[in-house]
Amino acid sequence: MGSIQLQHVNKSFGAHAVIPDASLTIEDGEFVVFVGPSGCGKSTLLRLIAGLEDTTSGEILLDGRDMTAAPPAKRELAMVFQSYALYPHMTVAQNIGFPLKMAGMDKAAIDAKVKEAAATLNLSSYLDRRPRNLSGGQRQRVAIGRAIVRQPKAFLFDEPLSNLDAALRVNMRLEISELHQQLKTTMIYVTHDQVEAMTMADRIVVLNAGNIEQFGTPMELYRTPANRFVAGFIGSPKMNFVDGAEAAKHGAAAIGVRPEHMQVSTSAGAWKGTVGVAEHLGSDTFLHVNVDGLGLMTVRTEGEKQLHHGDTVWLTPDPARIYRFDKDGRSLRAN
Amino acid sequence: MATRQTRTLARFMMAPSVIILFVWMIVPLVLTLWYSFQRYNLQHPDRAGFVWFRNYYFFLTDPAFVQAIGNTLILVVGVLLITVIGGVLLALLLDQPIWGQGIVRLLVIAPFFVMPTVSALVWKNMLMHPQYGIFAWLAQLFGQRPIPWLQDFPLFSVTLITAWEWLPFATLILLTALQSLDEDQKEASEMDGANFVNRFIYIILPHLARAITVVILIETIFLLGIFAEIYVTTQGGPGYASTNLPFLVYVQALLNFDVGGASAGGVIAVILANIVAIFLIRIVGKNLDA
Repeated sequence: MGSIQLQHVNKSFGAHAVIPDASLTIEDGEFVVFVGPSGCGKSTLLRLIAGLEDTTSGEILLDGRDMTAAPPAKRELAMVFQSYALYPHMTVAQNIGFPLKMAGMDKAAIDAKVKEAAATLNLSSYLDRRPRNLSGGQRQRVAIGRAIVRQPKAFLFDEPLSNLDAALRVNMRLEISELHQQLKTTMIYVTHDQVEAMTMADRIVVLNAGNIEQFGTPMELYRTPANRFVAGFIGSPKMNFVDGAEAAKHGAAAIGVRPEHMQVSTSAGAWKGTVGVAEHLGSDTFLHVNVDGLGLMTVRTEGEKQLHHGDTVWLTPDPARIYRFDKDGRSLRAN
Repeated sequence: MATRQTRTLARFMMAPSVIILFVWMIVPLVLTLWYSFQRYNLQHPDRAGFVWFRNYYFFLTDPAFVQAIGNTLILVVGVLLITVIGGVLLALLLDQPIWGQGIVRLLVIAPFFVMPTVSALVWKNMLMHPQYGIFAWLAQLFGQRPIPWLQDFPLFSVTLITAWEWLPFATLILLTALQSLDEDQKEASEMDGANFVNRFIYIILPHLARAITVVILIETIFLLGIFAEIYVTTQGGPGYASTNLPFLVYVQALLNFDVGGASAGGVIAVILANIVAIFLIRIVGKNLDA
């Protein structure tokens, strides 16, 4: 079991509140991703849950029990660090078995558990190696192995994939998702990469400057962002925003249109503009269009579209997919 | 060096310094070897001549020799134990965030800048002196008889003084090693349920192994040649109780005026130092291979 509850958690360094007031309920077995730009407090929030930082005020409940003041070891959580944090002088087997050894388990039981964990992570043939003789992906797997052996209530991942190259990152992403399906243990995963967040999460927490902007499933965040920040952060390429007179036509202080919700035409449409850079990805083409009077916009078109720098185009937003925001950036619901 | 040409050039460029260093080393060594086979006493300059291994025989069979070897070992091992253990503990303390950290660190490192003769004098006259010393005053404060440290425990006193001088060095090296320990590793071990003792045994100590090796190697090199501390405090006495090998060589040469015997002792000291070095590098040098 592993439900996690934060109640009005505040963390301040001196007078500076990194996390002013966070309340959150994570259900047992959920895969929750904390996402936000760097410095938004997502790692701090994770470290508060782990017990590596003390809360300034508020409560942290694990399985309904108050664990705010408990040391990390007592919380029965396991953490995978960005730097892997493997013990360099120990072999893979010793690394994975370390938490069990600290728990005072006997040697035979440790060996059995280590072998089992190594088998699930494809590490069986590396058990006698030291971390420095492993590749980045293997090290990451050892770190995960060290986390799963003690069957924690929840796993905490602190940007675990950011030190890996792009191809490996996609692989490990799948492996971690697969692991979650197998273990059905609560997982909290911190990342600044919204693609990771969208692909892996059951639910996503979007953080900005220490505040929880929205907490919901990936598609909820995509379809009904609570505010302009979430709208801009979720989705790739980013949503285009328009202020002023054009927004006022729709009865809002600002409107937003996703690049994939616009039609491009070379003859007629709502907004006239000039094509700047065209990024051909094969399956898609992203056009950066300089719209007269509105500024730079990104549009997604099909990959075969042949448009070049300097061409004149007309953009037409899908009227059902225009997001409207009030002057404070909050979403206005369609009436 | 990439090409044969640059290699040849490099050899020529290095030659002068290599030759100077070689001459610098070989001339005193050959002279010492030469004297060690000579009967050469400054009080009897007329009775000179080649005596084969007589000097070695006399030096090795001198009862003071065995005692000096023992004293040298006790001194080296004692100082190493105190400085390494004390150094690790001090480094752990100094690694904690405290107010005035910079000043405290400076104070801890300060003894290393005091030259050996001066610190030996300070210990002899201000700390261990049975009448004026602070230790004597402390003893009297508690109604005890002051202990004449340098008379009753001469080797222990010299070990203490030398350890005091070398503790800062060990602390400094170990502290920098400690600071290079990855913060994530400490936190990971904390998450893994390791308490402070376990963290020290399984994470911190293995991390410090290489630094400890460096401390032991460097200190051993210098500690084998300890002289000033003994000369200033106990003069090797009482008897030969605090005489180590270098001091015995000194006694031969400049108190007994036996240049031949002293040279033989010097050669023996060089051979012993090399044996120690070989063993040390074999045993602890493995730690240095990354």
